[in-house]
Amino acid sequence: MNASRASTLTIRTPEGVTFALLLASPVTRFLAWAVDMACISATMSILGVAFHLLAVFDRDLARALSIVFYFAAQIGYGLICEWLWRGQTVGKRLLRLRVVDAQGLRLQFSQVVIRNLLRFVDMLPAFYLVGGLATLISSRTQRLGDLAANTIVIRSPRILQPDLEQVLAGKFNSLRSHAHLEARLRQKVSPVEASLALQAILRRDEFDPRSRAELFARLAEHFRSLVEFPPDSVEHITDEQYLRNVVDTVYRSRTAAPTVAFPSKL
Amino acid sequence: MIIDLAKFIAAGQPFWSELDAFLKKLEDDPHRALPLDQSRRFHYLYERAAADLAKLDTFANEPDTRRYLASLVARAYGEIHETREKPHRFEPLHWFMVIFPQTFRRHVNVFWLTVAITLAGCVFGGFATILDPESRHVTMPFGHDQMKPSERVAHEEKARHDRLAGERATFSTFLMTHNTKVSILTMALGMTWGVGTVIMLFYNGVILGAISVDYIADGQGKFLAGWLLPHGSFEIPAILIAGQAGLILGRALIGRGTRKNLAERLREISTDLVTLIGGVGVLLIWAGLVESFFSQYHEPVMPYSAKIAFGLVELAALTVFLWKSGGRTKLPG
Repeated sequence: MNASRASTLTIRTPEGVTFALLLASPVTRFLAWAVDMACISATMSILGVAFHLLAVFDRDLARALSIVFYFAAQIGYGLICEWLWRGQTVGKRLLRLRVVDAQGLRLQFSQVVIRNLLRFVDMLPAFYLVGGLATLISSRTQRLGDLAANTIVIRSPRILQPDLEQVLAGKFNSLRSHAHLEARLRQKVSPVEASLALQAILRRDEFDPRSRAELFARLAEHFRSLVEFPPDSVEHITDEQYLRNVVDTVYRSRTAAPTVAFPSKL
Repeated sequence: MIIDLAKFIAAGQPFWSELDAFLKKLEDDPHRALPLDQSRRFHYLYERAAADLAKLDTFANEPDTRRYLASLVARAYGEIHETREKPHRFEPLHWFMVIFPQTFRRHVNVFWLTVAITLAGCVFGGFATILDPESRHVTMPFGHDQMKPSERVAHEEKARHDRLAGERATFSTFLMTHNTKVSILTMALGMTWGVGTVIMLFYNGVILGAISVDYIADGQGKFLAGWLLPHGSFEIPAILIAGQAGLILGRALIGRGTRKNLAERLREISTDLVTLIGGVGVLLIWAGLVESFFSQYHEPVMPYSAKIAFGLVELAALTVFLWKSGGRTKLPG
């Protein structure tokens, strides 16, 4: 296992496979905490109205209940939410954060309890100063509660689903009429270059028009330099079309590609 | 070399979806135990997804599919390689009557250390009161420094109306929540390698010693025993047990005399910490009820002898409970 301050925790399984977990930054965690505080305040305000009404009948009972509920909310909110939602509270859900075991194992109830009870130290002297400093110092952005519970908070950003079918299907590829040159292209293109081209195609609508034209011109120039196709196949197509043809060539076999439904949940 | 991504996804997707379904089932119900054939299938799917991830790493740099597979493998890894006991269904009575006292006994040496630290604080507080009467303004909180014990006793015994009438539930819940917060803080301060816990225990001892000596020196020992014993026989041990949890945490952080790494040491004690602090919470609920509904009544309303006897019975019951309940202590591992 390896953690760097670059905010990822890399875990290598006994099978030799490596995967990385994105660590949540202190600022994102603070925002999630602020949302949680707002939720607790809102709940207590609503309950406050109920206690106010109850006080008409029994003031002592109403005050006792308000003390108990406030205490329970303070201690139990994070504890119950993180246990029932597998490491998430409302704030963490909104900001796509999750508490997980630091070794990548299943989160245990005792870990949830410890990290929530140790907030009492992390909160000292005010506004999570101790906990905040700990996250800044820690290589795995752990506050003291996380350290004791052996947990980390990770970020699961929304991953856009690449839709190869939408990008490539049904499009005429002028490079296909030169099988030997296509083979040479596949041989010469490195995985990084292929990925770059694919990402440029998938994200083409995110660029402003000028940047888009510049980007595709540079990429097309690079790929044209790798293998030279006959002019009749490439001279009437735009840089973007050329790059799409390159992606189609390197990512698909010459046999008809099966229809692919990408995993729905990433 | 670049793999045919579309073909690769088409081939792998049914297996990935099956693995995802397995994981959802396991995550939704932590008590679920897979039959042997399903366990084998689950393991096969995990290995296959791991192999696909490795293949994708080697041959193609397609980030989104890679992230999807990495998240699948990460989730499955947690399920497959988790060797800790799966959580049992929580049985409150069994937990309190068996697990809690067993856990307490397993770390009883640490408990004796908390007793020693508190007693040291008591001695310090007592001597401070005798040698420097002005120290009462520092060592006695909650207004005890404002009045001589004999004056307070006279005031309490003369009272003709119930001071807590209409306030009892509020006072009781305030005591419970306040003491629980102090206990949690005492445990949590174990993160300072135990130093914070030691200071908390010592400070509690100082307060206890200072007030006790003040009352005894003023000839109010009987009042003191009648006032403190009914709730103190639960409250003080509860704080000591919280201190026990804090020192266990501190000891795990220091890690002296063991070759295990920090994560392993903390992992080993996590369940015990939760058990101890949970038990403390239960003890403090009882202490809060007794303090509010019993301790605050004095002679002539309630004879001191009855209060002292009640407190002693409680203390004896708690001692028997902590040392005998749950049978033989389960050794770690």
